[in-house]
Amino acid sequence: MSDVQMTEARVDLKAIAELVEPNARVLDVGCGDGALLELLTRSKGADARGIEISQAGVNECVARGLSVIQGDADTDLADYPDDAFDYVILSQTLQATMDPSLVLRQLLRIGRHVIVSFPNFGYWQNRLYLLFHGRMPVTDYLPYSWYDTPNIHFCTIRDFIELTREVECTVEKAEALNGKGQRIPINAPWWLWNLFGEQGVFLLRR
Amino acid sequence: MTQHDAGGGFDTARQREADTPSSPVLRFGPDKPLPLDAGIAFAPWQIAYQTYGTLNDDKSNAVLVCHALTGDQYVASTNPVSGKPGWWSLMVGPGKPVDTDHFFVICANVVGGCMGTTGPASMNPDTGAPYALDLPLVTIGDSVRAQAMLLDALGIDTLFCVIGGSMGGMQVLQWAVSYPERVFSAVPIASGARHSSQNIAFHEVGRQAVMADPDWCGGAYLNHGTRPSKGLAVARMAAHITYMSDESLHSKFGRTLQNREHVTFGFDADFQIESYLRHQGMSFVDRFDANSYLYVTRAMDYFDLAGDHGGVLAHAFKDTRTRFCVASFTTDWLFPTSESRAVVHALNAAAANVSFVEIESDRGHDAFLLDEPELFKTIRGFLTGAARARGIHPPTGGEAQQ
Repeated sequence: MSDVQMTEARVDLKAIAELVEPNARVLDVGCGDGALLELLTRSKGADARGIEISQAGVNECVARGLSVIQGDADTDLADYPDDAFDYVILSQTLQATMDPSLVLRQLLRIGRHVIVSFPNFGYWQNRLYLLFHGRMPVTDYLPYSWYDTPNIHFCTIRDFIELTREVECTVEKAEALNGKGQRIPINAPWWLWNLFGEQGVFLLRR
Repeated sequence: MTQHDAGGGFDTARQREADTPSSPVLRFGPDKPLPLDAGIAFAPWQIAYQTYGTLNDDKSNAVLVCHALTGDQYVASTNPVSGKPGWWSLMVGPGKPVDTDHFFVICANVVGGCMGTTGPASMNPDTGAPYALDLPLVTIGDSVRAQAMLLDALGIDTLFCVIGGSMGGMQVLQWAVSYPERVFSAVPIASGARHSSQNIAFHEVGRQAVMADPDWCGGAYLNHGTRPSKGLAVARMAAHITYMSDESLHSKFGRTLQNREHVTFGFDADFQIESYLRHQGMSFVDRFDANSYLYVTRAMDYFDLAGDHGGVLAHAFKDTRTRFCVASFTTDWLFPTSESRAVVHALNAAAANVSFVEIESDRGHDAFLLDEPELFKTIRGFLTGAARARGIHPPTGGEAQQ
């Protein structure tokens, strides 16, 4: 999970940080090397905490003065009380969880707002890769072979929207970022997002 | 393990330290009794402590270091009895992770100890003889209360950090629970919120070894001019095994023989590990009081934070605003990572600000006292982050000691 973080999270960090109100209490689930925690603390004055599955990532974060514990999104979110945070963030981690639907429900329980960002498997390059190579996409962006990837639950932006309906949460804001990390114009239709968005960034609430 | 110490140099020094320590000591009269968990208002009593660095103008940079079972207030300075460097001189000092150029470090001897804070070796003013077993049983909570009274006397309202390993970690947790508003940050290392059944079992073996020594004299050995040295040495040997990991014992000693080619087919210390343990036991006897060992191990056994809060550990930390950094070691089987994790889960349930680091080390429980770069990195980083949040500036005048 942490490797995914470190290689892929950069593009969406700013987009996520802009969704967070100043001085909020934030939990970053799957915080990797703590880049987002640092950004939120520095630029938003946030009371930011993290959970990270790799012990090496945690130790590094704590040594940098960030509040991080070793933990697993699939099992350890149950320890937190309802409404413990203003924002709970799941950045580039949803696809690596065992049970994305359960994790999303937990996030909505412990946070007033939930921000989820994830790589869009419906991105045109992925579609073309599969179409022309006939094999699972392995790109700079998704650098793993199908048999050794931590990403076990890929979805497209459309799939994710379907999941938000399933868990009955409200989409407060949604954005798609293209391959250069730029926002696709907000008035673009869903199918365009789903084709040209390399990542989806969603602000949700119960 | 002969009676060499009776009337010897170590013995006189140790006895002197019990009442009139080389460090500063604060004495409390009958008007300021120490309320004990046993239900007794205890007086007169005294607490011995040591400080390092300089308190800043707004008194916001005080760090309380809590020592482990057989530690003392000499955290970063020469121990007056053993003549050895302070037990945490790797961690505390100028430029060290707990940096005395920035922080004002205080370390006090626990209640029941034998280095200047009232304990069983202290003089009972009613009898003119050492308390021995007449001292009431003391707890971790009592030690923390005594430390709080010391800080009151020093005019320190809030601690920037309370830090300690093993029994020191228990005191850290007790501080955060007893005085949440006085603790800005807390670092319990290789510790837990309770003493487990297995831990109590090991302590009982140690206590029984002390009490089985005929020289213990029902606890009154100081009056009889004897010492239960053999019993205390055995207690220390058993305890010492629990402080190390199988891996570290194996890599350090294996089955290597001590100064000989073949086994002797007898009960001499044929193996290096035997000789090492005997040495550990013997040198411990020189610096520690046997009755103190009984009292302080008992204090650890009684420790159970959840038990004090309806069996739910999270209740102990309700509404806490303290920032926590919990650390454990992979090969510690005395306070395994699961014990630290239970504390972390309870802190999560209380929505506390908590960091948790498990450090890979092959050296078992004792790793917290040793040269563990990952631990130093963690502590330094955590304290730096917390100091930023607290707005701590180094003390003025640059008087920090070198």
